[in-house]
Amino acid sequence: MVRVLDRKLLRDLRQIWAQTLAIALVLGCGIMVMVAAYGTQRSLVETQAAYYDRHRFADLFVAATRVPVTRLAELADIDHVAQVDGRISFHAVLDIDGMQAPAVGQVLSLAADAGQGLNVPLLRHGRLPDPDRLDEVALNESFAQAHDLVPGSRFRAVLNGQLRELQVTGWLLSPEFIYTMAPGTIMPDDRRFGLIWMNEAAAAAAMDMQGAVNDIALRLMRGADARAVIAQVDSVLDPFGGTGAHGRDRQTSHAFLDSELTQLDALARFLPPVFLVVAAFLVNMVLGRLIAMERAQIGLMRALGYRRAEIGLHYLKLAGMIGLLGVGLGWGGGLLLREGMLLLYVEFFRFPFLIRDPALGAMGLSGALALAAVLAGAARAVAAAIRLPPAEAMSPPAPPSFGRGRIDRAIAALRLRQTSMMILRSVLRWPGRAAITLLGVSTSVGVLVASYFLFDAIDVVRDRVFQQGNRQHVTLTLARDAPDSVLLDALTLPGVTSVQGGYALPVRLVNGHRSRQTAVIAQFEGAELAQVMDDEQGVITLSDRGLVLPELVARHLRISAGDSVQLDLLVPPRDTLTLPVTAIIRQGMGSEAHIAAPALFAAMRVAPRVNQIHLRIDPQQMPALQARIKSLPTVAGFADWEELRAQFDASLQEGMLTMVMIYTLIGVLIAIGVVYNAARIQLSERSHELASLRVLGFTRAEVGFVLIGEMMLLTLLAVPLGWVMGYAFAQGMVDAISTDVVQLPFVISRRTYALAALVVVGASLAAVLLVRRRLDRVDLVSALKARD
Amino acid sequence: MANARDIAEPVFRLVDVTRVFRTGKVAVHALRGVTLSLNEGEVVVLLGASGSGKSTLLNILGGLDLPTDGQVFFRDRNLTRASDGDLTRFRREHVGFVFQFYNLVPSLTARENVALVTEIARNPMTPEEALDMVGLGPRMDHFPSELSGGEQQRVAIARAIAKRPEVLLCDEPTGALDSKTGVQVLEALCAVNRNLGTATVLITHNADIQRIAHRVVVLADGRITRDEVNPDRVAPSQVSW
Ligand SMILES: Nc1ncnc2c1ncn2[C@@H]1O[C@H](COP(=O)(O)OP(=O)(O)OP(=O)(O)O)[C@@H](O)[C@H]1O
Ligand SMILES: [Mg+2]
Repeated sequence: MVRVLDRKLLRDLRQIWAQTLAIALVLGCGIMVMVAAYGTQRSLVETQAAYYDRHRFADLFVAATRVPVTRLAELADIDHVAQVDGRISFHAVLDIDGMQAPAVGQVLSLAADAGQGLNVPLLRHGRLPDPDRLDEVALNESFAQAHDLVPGSRFRAVLNGQLRELQVTGWLLSPEFIYTMAPGTIMPDDRRFGLIWMNEAAAAAAMDMQGAVNDIALRLMRGADARAVIAQVDSVLDPFGGTGAHGRDRQTSHAFLDSELTQLDALARFLPPVFLVVAAFLVNMVLGRLIAMERAQIGLMRALGYRRAEIGLHYLKLAGMIGLLGVGLGWGGGLLLREGMLLLYVEFFRFPFLIRDPALGAMGLSGALALAAVLAGAARAVAAAIRLPPAEAMSPPAPPSFGRGRIDRAIAALRLRQTSMMILRSVLRWPGRAAITLLGVSTSVGVLVASYFLFDAIDVVRDRVFQQGNRQHVTLTLARDAPDSVLLDALTLPGVTSVQGGYALPVRLVNGHRSRQTAVIAQFEGAELAQVMDDEQGVITLSDRGLVLPELVARHLRISAGDSVQLDLLVPPRDTLTLPVTAIIRQGMGSEAHIAAPALFAAMRVAPRVNQIHLRIDPQQMPALQARIKSLPTVAGFADWEELRAQFDASLQEGMLTMVMIYTLIGVLIAIGVVYNAARIQLSERSHELASLRVLGFTRAEVGFVLIGEMMLLTLLAVPLGWVMGYAFAQGMVDAISTDVVQLPFVISRRTYALAALVVVGASLAAVLLVRRRLDRVDLVSALKARD
Repeated sequence: MANARDIAEPVFRLVDVTRVFRTGKVAVHALRGVTLSLNEGEVVVLLGASGSGKSTLLNILGGLDLPTDGQVFFRDRNLTRASDGDLTRFRREHVGFVFQFYNLVPSLTARENVALVTEIARNPMTPEEALDMVGLGPRMDHFPSELSGGEQQRVAIARAIAKRPEVLLCDEPTGALDSKTGVQVLEALCAVNRNLGTATVLITHNADIQRIAHRVVVLADGRITRDEVNPDRVAPSQVSW
């Protein structure tokens, strides 16, 4: 049998359903984000782990010039190395029907017994290349699909200076290439970059690498000390042009995937607490009011002989029900959202399968946190309710005493209209509630600032990368280092108006026992096409002596400007240099260090060389240039920056629009939840007073002003506070989201501040107007007759 | 008719009870030394000017409030220094209250308002029985907002008597009602007194109502100024105002 008190509970809830729903939605939002983000993150992490495991994704990776296959056994003999696998890998320019620009392919040799090796690819469609046929290749699925290259299709590639026709046999997926990126670019592009698996003999023949490999992967035993193994691997490979072994953290695909998962994790940690705190405050506010309205009922129950504990429990149950509703909504929404996100991610990363984490942990944790927040919010009001002596609870509460304090006299001195006076006095009379409203609204402003700020950051990155940092139209990557005289040759290519050389040099930066593997990019003077950019200062002029380090690397190495750093060159001449650090910069992407070309080559004591060429061209001549490049044996990569920017914009527009809608919804929900509840409480508390005003002859508009005025006053006061919060939230986001791969610049535009304020003020106004409609419906006579 | 009660057992005994309210610097002496006994089965009407201390006295009898000084006995139990828990149990087991503003829970029907008490009482009647007793059987599934003032007050009485209390304390139960409805409420109270032998204290501003009492007590300025047996008790239907 349902107890009568419980029946009262359900009816009370129905009475305040709109407020209940408002709170439950705020709470549900927090839970939804938590469940969806954690659920997605856990599922992806588990899927990634299983994928890595089933396909024996390697732990260490190392490139070299030429390692005889017979020497691989030495690597296998190193302590804690479980398995070694070598292959041939090189880049090639591709010519594909229907695509004017050259595409870039990374060619990988596929051993006959690839299934036993490391980084085992998965056949998705068609078959593997026949070991006896030199012209057969398999492609990665996304590249093949982007070009509609089905088994049997043909395309051309420049292999070691020779244009060859290749035939597609099938599509593959690989744990090494979940995220694919062409060298010299900044984003995945399935049309322009593909993987080409070729059987071993064909690859060896193309590159003159019979009996040798240049790309080695190692799997370690559990608990192995990777640093120790790396040191030994490097010493074995040193004579063969090893460029330094590195772990998964510097493997492009893994690093990007990891950075994506880190960001999801940050999302799950960051937003939900905000919602939970706001919901707790809302519950406190609503329950406080409900209890105030039910003073007489509480007194009555005490008179009837109900114990304090029974009454307290009754109201805690009410709070609990609101919490449960929020948890239910949040779980439902969270699981749905997670499903949607997972589908997107699986498609994006092309996982061959998906392991769904049941998300029980996130659901349990979020449910417990939500209930705790709600009960904590209710505790104060309930404690006050059961403290009331029964005889006192039965009599109506004493009219609130409006102080005659100094502030009040100051307000009186302003000679405001009576209705404005009522607003100010009411704010002062209930400072706690005004503070909660203020905090809630400013939180929503803060959430919006922190989310719209992402656009500012992206804008800066876009401006830095495309407008200022890279003014070239095209960047060519050379297959081998070349003397700087090739720059003159480049000037003769079709349509080229100016040329700038660059040299990327793989190095290990060392400071004491700390070290970091990265690359140094040397810049040639002349046409300032590719330039070094700092997020705040813009273009950085390189000094003629020293090195410019990105902040992330400098922090890792504990180096500041003015210190010296040791460079171990990972390619010939494989020397060790010591160079001063002249500046430390914040750069949006990558961890490369920068140096002026003369400074580098002077320190290396070698003649200047280049392996990158940046070109500015006459856009009309682009087709001619592209045609020419396809047949140039020295070029291994081609990046069209116009095209890159279009890609960048398109990929952001898709994701960003959804993000903004979600964030705006969230911010608006908080604002409405807070303002609606506060206004409803105002209305119920002051319906008597407001009805009296109407009886005295005030118009609806004038009376409405009292209600709307107070809420809008608080909203406007909340805006600057929200800006400050947003600044802090954004700072937190930058720290949480930045990874080795992407560092967000911390800049917030006026547009962001203004937009956040506008959205919140609009939402508040909508919420108050919703309540104002009720004011119009208040029955004057009954409002005056009611005892409460 | 009245004399039979003279030798009855006292249910309540108040000895020199005072109650002082302090709000800020002002001390209000609501009761200034009240000594009084209430007997089993007796209907006592409590009269007095506004502010004379009637409600204060009733609240102390019912365990809603404690005296500043003096002693309160319920049978042989001293309530003066009872803990909050003891007072709650005392109210739960022995006392029924009826207030001027009916104090029904608006979200519960008549039957459920009565069930609020029967669920926690030791030997209650059913809500239906209690409502029948005040003549509201047919309307028990109505919400308070669907009942007239008199009907609401009778629900409050049904709720007060459903636990078969030994005392029924009524603070101006007819205060908000017209004469005809008020008489119905008084009839309900007298019926309960007759059938269950419940000692009843009834505060009123209506001097005419004293004619239904076994005994009349008058308070003035926190003191008892009159306490006498009513020799010619009449039925409620014979009073009017
Ligand atoms: N909680 C309280 N705090 C301060 N003073 C109180 C309180 N309750 C009652 N009083 C004062 O005690 C005195 C007696 O009050 P009480 O309510 O007992 O009067 P009453 O006889 O019931 O009056 P009425 O007929 O108007 O209901 C009054 O002066 C009242 O102001
Ligand atoms: Mg009174």
